[in-house]
Amino acid sequence: MSIRAWTFLLVGATFAFYLVIAWLSRVRDTRGFYVAGQGIPSVANGMATAADWMSAASFISMAGLISTLGYAGGMYLMGWTGGYVLLALLIAPYLRKFGHYTVPDFVGDRYESDIARVVAVICAVFVSFTYVAGQMRGVGIVFSRFLEVDVNVGVYIGVAIVFIYATLGGMKGITWTQVAQYWVLITAFLTPAIAISLQLTGNPIPQIGMGSRLIGEGVSLLEKLNQIHADLGFASYTEPFVGSWNKLNVFCVTLALMVGTAGLPHVIVRFYTVKSVGAARWSAFWALLFISLLYLTAPAVGAFARYAMVSTMHGVEGESRPDWFRSWEKTGLVVWLDDGDGVVEYHGAAQEARNEIFRSGPLTASEVDGIRAQHQRWLADPSSGADGRVVMRDAGLSGPDRDIVVLAAPEMAALARWIIALVAAGGLAAALSTASGLLLVISSSVAHDLYFRILNPRASEARRLLVGRVVIGLAVVVAGFLGIYPPGFVSQVVAFAFGLAAASFFPAIVLGIFSRRVGTIPAMFGMIVGIVFTAAYILGSVYMGMPSWCFGIGPQGIGVIGMLLNFAVTLGLTPFFPRPSGEVQTMIEGIREPEGANG
Amino acid sequence: MTASTTTYWRRNLRIMGVLLAVWAVVGLGGGILFADQLNGFHIGGFPLGFWIAQQGSIMVFVLLILVYAFMMNRLDAAYVRRARGAAMRKDEARVGESDSGSDERGTRS
Repeated sequence: MSIRAWTFLLVGATFAFYLVIAWLSRVRDTRGFYVAGQGIPSVANGMATAADWMSAASFISMAGLISTLGYAGGMYLMGWTGGYVLLALLIAPYLRKFGHYTVPDFVGDRYESDIARVVAVICAVFVSFTYVAGQMRGVGIVFSRFLEVDVNVGVYIGVAIVFIYATLGGMKGITWTQVAQYWVLITAFLTPAIAISLQLTGNPIPQIGMGSRLIGEGVSLLEKLNQIHADLGFASYTEPFVGSWNKLNVFCVTLALMVGTAGLPHVIVRFYTVKSVGAARWSAFWALLFISLLYLTAPAVGAFARYAMVSTMHGVEGESRPDWFRSWEKTGLVVWLDDGDGVVEYHGAAQEARNEIFRSGPLTASEVDGIRAQHQRWLADPSSGADGRVVMRDAGLSGPDRDIVVLAAPEMAALARWIIALVAAGGLAAALSTASGLLLVISSSVAHDLYFRILNPRASEARRLLVGRVVIGLAVVVAGFLGIYPPGFVSQVVAFAFGLAAASFFPAIVLGIFSRRVGTIPAMFGMIVGIVFTAAYILGSVYMGMPSWCFGIGPQGIGVIGMLLNFAVTLGLTPFFPRPSGEVQTMIEGIREPEGANG
Repeated sequence: MTASTTTYWRRNLRIMGVLLAVWAVVGLGGGILFADQLNGFHIGGFPLGFWIAQQGSIMVFVLLILVYAFMMNRLDAAYVRRARGAAMRKDEARVGESDSGSDERGTRS
C-alpha cells in the first residue's frame, strides 16, 4: 500500500472513532456542556488535559525547534512542563474548590467586578483564538503534505469534524474524544522515535539512545552532532548560550512560558471537570506524566532528526537527493538554490555564504519561482539576474522550515509506510484535540460569562445550552476562517498569548487565592499595567523595530517583567484601598479549607 | 478561621514552599543559570547541564506533583477526620459555623 492509501486509512479510521465517541457522550445540560458534569475520573482527565495541552505546535513544531536550537530548545521543554508545577501547586486545587465553570467567573466573583470579568473574558477569547489559528494551520500542513489535497480542503474537513463533536457533546464529548486522541498522538510520536533510535544507536529507548554511541561510529550521537555543527558553521548543539540566546533571555522566556502555562484558561478549566479537589491534584499529576512521555521523547527526536537530516542532505548529488527532500520541496518548506556545482550544501550562520538550503516562509509559490528564475539567470551570467541565496538570506529564510522535522523524520530514516501515515494521524489528533478544548473556552467565556452572568442572568437552562452550542458553532467557523487566511504572524501571536496570560491572569488568580487583603482596584490596576506594558513591548519590537531596551529581553520573554509589574502595582496599591467585602473573605476561606470539612 | 484551619493552611503553605524551592533550584538553576558550569560534568553520553534542561528537569517536575498530590490529600484526610470528630462532640456549635462558612455554591460533594 502507498503512503497515501495508508494515510487515508488511518486518518479515516481515527476520525470515525472520534465521531462515535462524541455520539456516545452527548449531553443535555450546561453542567455537562461546560464541565462534563464534573464526573471525569482523574486518570482520564489527565489524559484529556495532556491531549488538550499538546497542540500541533508540541507535536509538529517543538522537536523541530529543539533540533534547530540545540540546548536552547530546553526553554520550551522546561517552560511548558514547569508551568504545570505552578498550576498544580498554586491554582488548580483552589479553583476546583471554588467550583464554577470558568476563569472569568473566578476573577469576576473574587474581585466583585463585572469590568474585571469582562477583561478576563476578552483575554480568554484572545488567547484562545490565537492558539486556534495555529492549530488550524497545523491541520492544513498535515493534509496538504500527506493527502495531497488543497490546504483549504484540509481545514474544511477539520472544521466539520470539530463542529460535530464539540456542539454535540460539549466538554464531555470533547474530554472523551481527547482521551482517544491522546493515545493516537502518543503512539504516533513514540513509534517512529523508537524505530529511529534502534536504527541509529541500537537502543530502543529514545531517551537513552540520544546519549548513546552511533552504530558504525566511534562517538556518541551528541558528540557527532557537535562535530557536524562545528564543521558546517552552526552553533554547538549541547553548549548553552553560544548562539543568539544569552542566559538572561533563556531564563526570561522559560519563566514566561511557565507562568503563561499556569495562566492559560483552556488548561485551568480542565481541573473543573473532576469530582473533587483531591482528584484535581491527582489529575494534574497524571496530566504531566502523560505530557512528559512526549516531552522527554521530543529532544531525542530533535537530535535524531538533526543527524538524519544533515547526513542525508548535506553533500549529496542534487540528482540523487532523497525522496523526502523532493516531496517537501513541493510544499516550499524546503527550497534548494544550488551554487552551480550540483551538490547540496547546508551550512549555518558562521558559513552562511556557502548555504544553499532555504524555506519559503511567508513568500508565495510564485515569488519563490521568481527568485529561482533570477537565480538561474545569475548562475548562467553573473552580470544578470540575482543571487537567490543572498535574496533569501537577507529575508531571514536560511535553513529548512522547522515544521518538517517531525513529519519528515520517519521518511529521512526510511521507516515503514504505515509509520509515516501514523504520524499524520497523530499530528491531526494533536491539532484537533487542542482546537476543540480552546473552542469550548471561547464558548463558555461568551455564552456563560458574558451572556448568562452579565447580559441575561435569568436565561433558562435550555436557552443557555442553546447559546453555548451556537457560540461554539460560530467559533469553529471563525477558527476555520483563520486557518484558511492565517494572520501572517502566528508565531509572534503565540508569544503574545503567553505573555498576556503571564502578565494578566497569573498574578490576579494567585493573589486572589493567597491574599485575603487584595481588593478590586489594586488588582484591576495591576492587570491593566501588566497587559498594557507587555502588549506595547511586544507590538513595538515586532512591528515597529523598537530595540529591546528592557535589559535586552526579547518580546518572547517580556511577559515575566509584565508579571512582576502586575504584582508590584497590585501589592503597592493594596494598603491604600479597602479590603474585600465579608462575602468575598468567606469565599476565600472556603477555597482554602479542605473539601468535605463542612459536611 | 478556626485554629485547626490555620494549622492546616500553614502546613499547606510549607509543603508548597519546599516543593516550589526544588522546582526553582532544579529547573531555573540547574537547567539555565548553572547550565554552562554543569556541562563540564557528564551523565552517560550527556553533558549534565544539557541533560537537566532537556530531560532531568521534566522528570523532577513530574515527581514534584506526585509528592504534592500525595502529601496534600493525606493532610486533607487528616483534617477532615479531626473536623468530623470535633463536630460530633460539639454538634450544635458546628452547625451554626458551617452554615455561615459555606459559600452556597453546591461545590461540596
